[in-house]
Amino acid sequence: MSTLLHVEDLRVSFPTRTGVVEAVRGVSFALGQERLGIVGESGSGKSQTGRAIMGLTPQQAEIKAKRLEFSGIDLLKASQAERRALRGSRIAMILQDPKYSLDPVMTIGRQIVETLRTHEKVGKSEARQRALDMLAAVQIRDPKRVYDLYPHEVSGGMGQRAMIAMMLIAGPELLIADEPTSALDVTVQLDILRILDRLVIDRGMGLVFISHDLRLVSTFCDRVIVMYAGKIVEELKASELSQAKHPYTQGLLNCMPKIGESRHPLPVLDRQPEWLL
Amino acid sequence: MSSMENQTQARRANRRASAILKAVASFVVIVATTYLGLLAVTFFIGRVVPIDPVLAIVGDRAPAHVVERTRIEMGFNLPYYQQFYLYVKGVLQGDFGTSVLTTNPVMADIRRVFPATMELATVGTIIGAAFGIPLGVLAAVKRGSLADQIVRIIGLIGYSVPIFWLGLLALLVFYARLGWTAGPGRIDVVFEYTFTPITGFYLLDAVLNRDWAAFKDIFAHIILPASLLGYFSLAYISRMTRSFMLNELSQEYIVAARAKGLSETRIIWGHALRNAAVPLVTVIALSYAGLLEGSVLTETVFAWPGLGLYITNSLQNADMNAVLGGTIIIGSVFIALNLFSDLLYRLLDPRTRIR
Repeated sequence: MSTLLHVEDLRVSFPTRTGVVEAVRGVSFALGQERLGIVGESGSGKSQTGRAIMGLTPQQAEIKAKRLEFSGIDLLKASQAERRALRGSRIAMILQDPKYSLDPVMTIGRQIVETLRTHEKVGKSEARQRALDMLAAVQIRDPKRVYDLYPHEVSGGMGQRAMIAMMLIAGPELLIADEPTSALDVTVQLDILRILDRLVIDRGMGLVFISHDLRLVSTFCDRVIVMYAGKIVEELKASELSQAKHPYTQGLLNCMPKIGESRHPLPVLDRQPEWLL
Repeated sequence: MSSMENQTQARRANRRASAILKAVASFVVIVATTYLGLLAVTFFIGRVVPIDPVLAIVGDRAPAHVVERTRIEMGFNLPYYQQFYLYVKGVLQGDFGTSVLTTNPVMADIRRVFPATMELATVGTIIGAAFGIPLGVLAAVKRGSLADQIVRIIGLIGYSVPIFWLGLLALLVFYARLGWTAGPGRIDVVFEYTFTPITGFYLLDAVLNRDWAAFKDIFAHIILPASLLGYFSLAYISRMTRSFMLNELSQEYIVAARAKGLSETRIIWGHALRNAAVPLVTVIALSYAGLLEGSVLTETVFAWPGLGLYITNSLQNADMNAVLGGTIIIGSVFIALNLFSDLLYRLLDPRTRIR
């Protein structure tokens, strides 16, 4: 398995009025054609890690890394234009809530076509056909109807399918999914995950799956990274989650209720100050 | 199966038709009540101001029985509700009474002067939007930069400097000193007998007549006052554009657009501005209406024979019919523009469209 993405000692910091805030503090991992989960609580730096790989960090932020490489391309040395050419065509990202991440005044079809035509020279009718095929690939039953709908006219699950179609149409090799199901109903979550899983496997993509839901990540991914306060506290295979050594991971696992068990008092996550160091 | 689909489709079409009908009905009700309110206010003003319309006609030396007869002829002996009824009836038929000053029907006067005002305000708004929107976008994209500060100062000056002073200054510099533009008025006297207005919008008339010499002269006349009004509306439009754009640029769909690999140009003009355009339409329509009514000072400075100047002259001569007629016209234009921007809003924002 060839390595798609190398991240070594990634640091993302934001200058603020009260000093520099480090959101990501030395994250390292390598990713091949596999599904990697990044888990952590709010503010643990998991989203900023994903955005740094995409090159979507806010302008004022500072990114440092010993190595940040995507299939042989040094992302830190790449120009703005080079990174833009990568985005959408080779690295894509799915955002959390389709209600906000789709342009409300543009039809779904046009938004999908827009991605394709930014990266490939294709004619109008061919682009339309490929967008319709892509909509079918994310299991939308009536692609022709959905193509002409506006985002507010579809449900959350449908919107997220459209989002996936929009991001995958140019055939990226790496997909970063930033909480792709957190805004959806539980029943729809599984549908979306199944679609995502199928596409990732069929197309041989690498996937970085960012979530706060340890259970979801462990069933869906091959490998899991647990982050806390901008650092990786533990990295393990999803199947070996129960053997987690770090007390924070154990704490997260303990939070999950089990059927038939009564727990009084409910366990609370304990956060040791030395983990911040 | 297909009959069921047909049925659902028919039901959907039915629902759509009734929704549209409902929207139109509520539109009509809103416009009618607003208009009635406008008429009530103007009627009330006409009756409470300390100007006696009878005296304005017969003069202050007329004998008492003449005054009394005229009062009855004009219907001022009737109870107020009857007067109001007659007033509304007249206005709805386009009858605003006769102007004391010009002795023409007020409607005929307005038909003559209003195109001048509208032409000025239209050119002004075009200038204001053509410069204000890009400046606002620039200020939002380069937030906090020198460019943002400059746009802020340009806007601040346009907003706070009195327009009549700026007008006099502009006349002094560009007309008197530099001679780049024509002076006051709409058109030079040399064209008085060769130029025949058709619509009353001179620029358009010159094009229709293929009279390019007149077009050039009319343009030289309108450019200065229109730029001034345009600058005034630019100040407002650029500030609003900036704040709408900042709001849009912070939305998640902009992050998604970047993740798709779109160029900044496409993101800013194709996505952010396209969304910001929705509230911007209302702002531009209201600023246009503001120019229509607020051009009184500009028209005075530039001797522009428009509605503002007409109302000012009428006011100074206690010509109540003319003043009220002009007020109603401006009010009507306000209502119409609001309606128009509402319709445009629906066109631009699919969320407000009826499906």
